Amino acid sequence: MNFKNLKLNLSNKNKDLIPQILTVAFLILVVIYFTINAQSNMGNRGISFGFGFLSQESSFDITFSLIDYDGSHTYARAFLVGLLNTILVSAIGIFFATILGVTIGIARLSQNYLVAKSAEWYVEIFRNIPLILQIFFWYFAALRALPLTVDSINFYDISFLNVKGWYVPKFVWTNFSIFIYSIIFAFILIYFLAKYAQIQRDKYGKQIPTLYISILLIIGLPFLTFLIGGVSLSFEIPELTQLSKTVYVYRGGVSIIPELISLALALSMYTATFIAENVRAGILGVSKGQKEAAASIGLTKGQILKLVVMPQALRIIIPPTTNQYLNLTKNSSLAAAIAYPDIVLVFAGTALMQTGRAIEIISITMLTYLSLSLSISVFMNWYNKKMAIKEK
Amino acid sequence: MNLSILKSDKKNLNSFIATGSALIFIGFIDIISSSFFGTNITAFLPNKISYLTPLLFGLFGLYLIRIEFSGNKLLDKININFNSSNFNALLTLLVIFALIKYIPPLLNWFVFDANFAGNTKEDCTDGGACWVFVKVWLNRFVYGLYPDTEQWRINTAFLTLFLLVGASFFVPQKFKKYIIIFLLFVYPIIGLKLISGGDFGLKYVETGAWGGLSLTFIVSAFALILCFPIGTILALGRRSKLPAIRYTSIGFIELWRGVPLITVLFMSAVMFPMFLPDGTYVDKLIRVLIAITLFEAAYMAEVVRGGLQALPKGQYEAAKSLGMGYWKMHFLIILPQALKLVIPGIANTFLALVKDTPLIFVVGLLELAGMVNLAKTNPKWLGMAMEGYVFAGLVFWVICYVMSRYSQNLEKKLKTER
Repeated sequence: MNFKNLKLNLSNKNKDLIPQILTVAFLILVVIYFTINAQSNMGNRGISFGFGFLSQESSFDITFSLIDYDGSHTYARAFLVGLLNTILVSAIGIFFATILGVTIGIARLSQNYLVAKSAEWYVEIFRNIPLILQIFFWYFAALRALPLTVDSINFYDISFLNVKGWYVPKFVWTNFSIFIYSIIFAFILIYFLAKYAQIQRDKYGKQIPTLYISILLIIGLPFLTFLIGGVSLSFEIPELTQLSKTVYVYRGGVSIIPELISLALALSMYTATFIAENVRAGILGVSKGQKEAAASIGLTKGQILKLVVMPQALRIIIPPTTNQYLNLTKNSSLAAAIAYPDIVLVFAGTALMQTGRAIEIISITMLTYLSLSLSISVFMNWYNKKMAIKEK
Repeated sequence: MNLSILKSDKKNLNSFIATGSALIFIGFIDIISSSFFGTNITAFLPNKISYLTPLLFGLFGLYLIRIEFSGNKLLDKININFNSSNFNALLTLLVIFALIKYIPPLLNWFVFDANFAGNTKEDCTDGGACWVFVKVWLNRFVYGLYPDTEQWRINTAFLTLFLLVGASFFVPQKFKKYIIIFLLFVYPIIGLKLISGGDFGLKYVETGAWGGLSLTFIVSAFALILCFPIGTILALGRRSKLPAIRYTSIGFIELWRGVPLITVLFMSAVMFPMFLPDGTYVDKLIRVLIAITLFEAAYMAEVVRGGLQALPKGQYEAAKSLGMGYWKMHFLIILPQALKLVIPGIANTFLALVKDTPLIFVVGLLELAGMVNLAKTNPKWLGMAMEGYVFAGLVFWVICYVMSRYSQNLEKKLKTER
């Protein structure tokens, strides 16, 4: 009996082992095959594998950069410029997509027939058109229809929009660090206030108007630094300058290039449709009984929304929405199609053309996106575990 | 007593309705006259107030007719759906006014001021859209740079496909599976051979010349057929008990899901040839198809995994207790049920796939959006970007909208069956 069991186990183990060994062997063979080929190919072209090129001089310019950069900097710095540009457009896109998405998601549930229908059509229209077409539309069709520099659209004489981009005032700070410290300090104070308020509520049943005090802190403290901290802020307003008889440019201020505008517009309008659907599903996912129960114990409409509906809806909304943020970040790589200098265009495009190091550069680019995605999904798994309803 | 005049009630129902409707009517007259005829009937008021008059009239009118349980069915319906509070009334008015203001100019651009007749850019004399551009380039938008005399081959291939798909709905159950097997395994090869040519007296057409909408269909159809089995196997692998297989599947899925498609296409264009023996040349289209297939297979795997997880454990146990092995259990019991559960997910993946096809422009293949890009840079047709993109957008929108509607219907139909 015993012996028979042993035999059975052994055969089971073999059955498990064979496919695993085959898989691993196949993987190893593929890797070896590719490596040999790559080595011989690179040998033929006279290049050797290595990341040394990163510290070489890049000698190409980038049209839009958040940090100091020109052709005399290294490829590594060009990579950083591209990465920062990707992060910039993703951050802008996420910000506006969230606002637009939440608004439209709520509007879809409105009692008002017209509002609900308009929101529904917004979602149907913008979700079903490929993102790349939307980017092309904004960049090549809509923004090209803007006026020339001479007759820009004027926003109260401080900001100008024309076919070359959007010119906005530049903030000129003195003692900027004190201002930032005051904001950080305000956040720390708010954190402790919230803790204190919770203790007071749990122990003595006292309600402390946390929200109003927080708003006061976050506005008041930075304002104080203007009065006594020596912080001051002035604006550098863009000015129209004539270069030659027909050539005009705006000097000063900050110029937001049309590539960035169209990319941010398309990304946020496209992603907003998905976020809107998540928000709608989240709010619908809270059962009616919860609202009725809350109403029956005498909570007001605002309290029901804040204390009963939202905490449950957010649990449904947040995971898919984070996924959408991730998609937006990955979709920002479409920037290459309209020559916005993001990581794909700068690094996998220009730098690759110049150095010819396909394997290294494509690997770095993919690894960058991969580490971004993986870190977010690790965070999401942790968050989901933390937020999951602990059923008794 | 004074204020009660402003508070509507049921006693003076008719007079309130009359006054309210009159005020709303005035508001509409105001907005219509100012947006269509350029006359501002409230010009005697200060500038900013005059701008807001239609809104104020409308709001006050709607306020007056907001009478609960008035007994008038139409009025009650309006009040519930459009006018339940001041805020809702404001939203209603804003939406209506925005429609009145912006729909006519859009319609003018699309239809009334648009040009349809003619063959050159100079024929576009009216202010609206120049659909002549689309008309002239339509052949290219559909077939790409495929030679004109050979286009019947693409037509035949797609016509046969539609006929076969249509036939599979009507023939008896017995023959259905043969048609489906033929469609999945034999037809793609025949179709591809017909379009690419090279044998049987057909002229060879290189894949660089393929393009337009037909290429969109070719790429999405092939990628879908191929990514489905790969995705299913990956999903099974991810749920496998064997660690080596599980971790390989997880690694593969997460690798593709973590990077944007455009970098995958870049990889297929510049990095993949480095991994092949010197001198081997794999066609551009094939490389793109492999890249898109592997990319979408990872997404498909996650969708199928969702279905596998949603299936109750009892199904597995029942199958095992009948003595079924791993493959028999999955193919006969588990997958048919799991796949039915995730039809909406599969449809969504396919939608994403269709919407991703324009990206193949990065390797130089021009489907519909790429052809528009090419056409608008033609010196004879400069300045036609708007028409081109609107047309391409409309085509994609119709395809995607119909598909999403179909999948919603399918989902509803299958839900009632369970």
